[in-house]
Amino acid sequence: MFSLLDNHAKLVKVIAASEGIVGRKKLQKIIYIMKKFGLPFEEKYTFYFYGPYSEELSLRIEEITNLGFVSEVKENKSNYYQYRYQVTEQGEDFLKHSHTELPLMESIVHEMKEQSSRFLELVATMLYFDHLPKHEMEQKVQEVKKKSNYTPEDIQEAWAFIDRLQK
Amino acid sequence: MAYRDDQLHEEKVFKDPVHRYVHVRDRVIWDLIGTKEFQRLRRIKQLGTSFLTFHGAEHSRLNHSLGVYEIVRRILINFEDRPNWNREERLLCLCAALLHDLGHGPFSHSFEKVFKLDHEDFTRSIILGDTEVNQVLTKVGNEFPQKVADVINKTYHDKLVVSLISSQIDADRMDYLQRDAYFTGVSYGHFDMERILRVMRPVEDQVVIKESGMHAVEDYIMSRYQMYWQVYFHPVTRSAEVILTKILHRVKELYDNGYMFKVEPIPFVSFFEGQVSLADYIRLDEAVVLYYFQMWAEEDDTILSDLAYRFMNRRLFKYIEFNPNLQMNEWMELYQLFRDVDLDPDYYLVVDSSSDLPYDFYRPGEEEERLPIHLLMPNKELRELSRQSDIVEAISGKKRTDHKLYYPKDLIEKLPEDRPEKEKIKKILNKQES
Repeated sequence: MFSLLDNHAKLVKVIAASEGIVGRKKLQKIIYIMKKFGLPFEEKYTFYFYGPYSEELSLRIEEITNLGFVSEVKENKSNYYQYRYQVTEQGEDFLKHSHTELPLMESIVHEMKEQSSRFLELVATMLYFDHLPKHEMEQKVQEVKKKSNYTPEDIQEAWAFIDRLQK
Repeated sequence: MAYRDDQLHEEKVFKDPVHRYVHVRDRVIWDLIGTKEFQRLRRIKQLGTSFLTFHGAEHSRLNHSLGVYEIVRRILINFEDRPNWNREERLLCLCAALLHDLGHGPFSHSFEKVFKLDHEDFTRSIILGDTEVNQVLTKVGNEFPQKVADVINKTYHDKLVVSLISSQIDADRMDYLQRDAYFTGVSYGHFDMERILRVMRPVEDQVVIKESGMHAVEDYIMSRYQMYWQVYFHPVTRSAEVILTKILHRVKELYDNGYMFKVEPIPFVSFFEGQVSLADYIRLDEAVVLYYFQMWAEEDDTILSDLAYRFMNRRLFKYIEFNPNLQMNEWMELYQLFRDVDLDPDYYLVVDSSSDLPYDFYRPGEEEERLPIHLLMPNKELRELSRQSDIVEAISGKKRTDHKLYYPKDLIEKLPEDRPEKEKIKKILNKQES
């Protein structure tokens, strides 16, 4: 399929590898974390109120659902909506034609999927400030995430998670 | 008097077609406007390639930056003495508003894609690096440049300050919608900004809208929606963007392969080599880029000269609607046919998706995905806008994506009639030609 919709194919691959993802926020953070670990995602992220966020990714998710490669189920929670993503048969077919290289480790995708989106937000935010020395990074994370009340244990756990992913 | 409090003897005003006047009284703001890095924004168009669709769209990033500054200045007048607002942050907000686009380069969207750059990194570098802007900001205080960079980067600890410059209803969007509407000449993009400014309220960590102002915000959301389809996402502008991107890809490919250019592309070399210094970046503006496009239109490489000629003379690609799901086989067939007739499909057969353009819709999203617009209800409760407004809810759920296939119709027409591929290509493309 040459280079047609390469970036879309990578996304569909991640959702296929995860066997379904619940939550846009979770999907946003998973892709960001993978990108930070060197996987070739091209979506541009900037820091928003809740950590790294990519509008480009949001639109691309909309595209793959509109194309029928991924199904999106909207669930009405009390104060918000939640979205469930699953690769469709057409999506599987699309992947068969795709030559996109994405050295995906399914176990890593699974491990991330099992985490809460709150925890992934912490990990993503830490990685956003990874140019800072460790102490300054933790300080900055606490500063921008004041309201999230992450405990030192949460941060410890996030470090352990990052270490595991690095291996 | 401390430099940060220094006021000009007399207020300076800039005539502005959108806000009538931009008012400057702070010495710091006046000095920042005079820096060479800020003045450079005059040579960078706000709307990139849109001038090839809307001939009036020649306004610059400088116009827009002054507009954002002016809107923030007016918001802060309304915020004075309101609870939750810290007046100490005033100058920081004004500086961040003025400088928020400082790192944009010429046609920055295409440049960023091809050369893997990020204009936000350059905004930060200009503010923190060895620049005239940094000298002015440092006079306010040693920590001040970092604070301005943090606000623009949205990592400043006071999120209320950040949300003035960057949120789903902020000074940046309010200026560009009105300014782009004015300069393109479209009748969309207008909304009652004065009303919105009057109903904005600072709460703990965000700016919210008094519930009575909901209809003014609906108008703003509607403007965003219409401007997206009518201006930002115009298929002709996308065609120009496709050609621009392909020129940059081609010229880089040639450079990487040791091609001898007739005019050495000196300002681009660090971009080709992935080692762009701040000085290189600041030097490159649209005047320089367009000069080289003129030169490249005379090159021996037929792909580069053709693409550059197209851009300079508005010989754009034609397009058809394209559904990658339903038309996969046609795409593959076309790809091969283009090859057979020596039209390199990597340059002449391009699928462009809505997500290839930078634009953000209003998204209520899900919990804590992205901060939505909140209405301040009479009982002080905050409600997400689309939960209160049927209009916004309807727009939020609308399909907003499409894909187009761009190709040079003129080159296909020029193929000899006896080439069997010509008819096959035309047959596929003509199925739903624009």
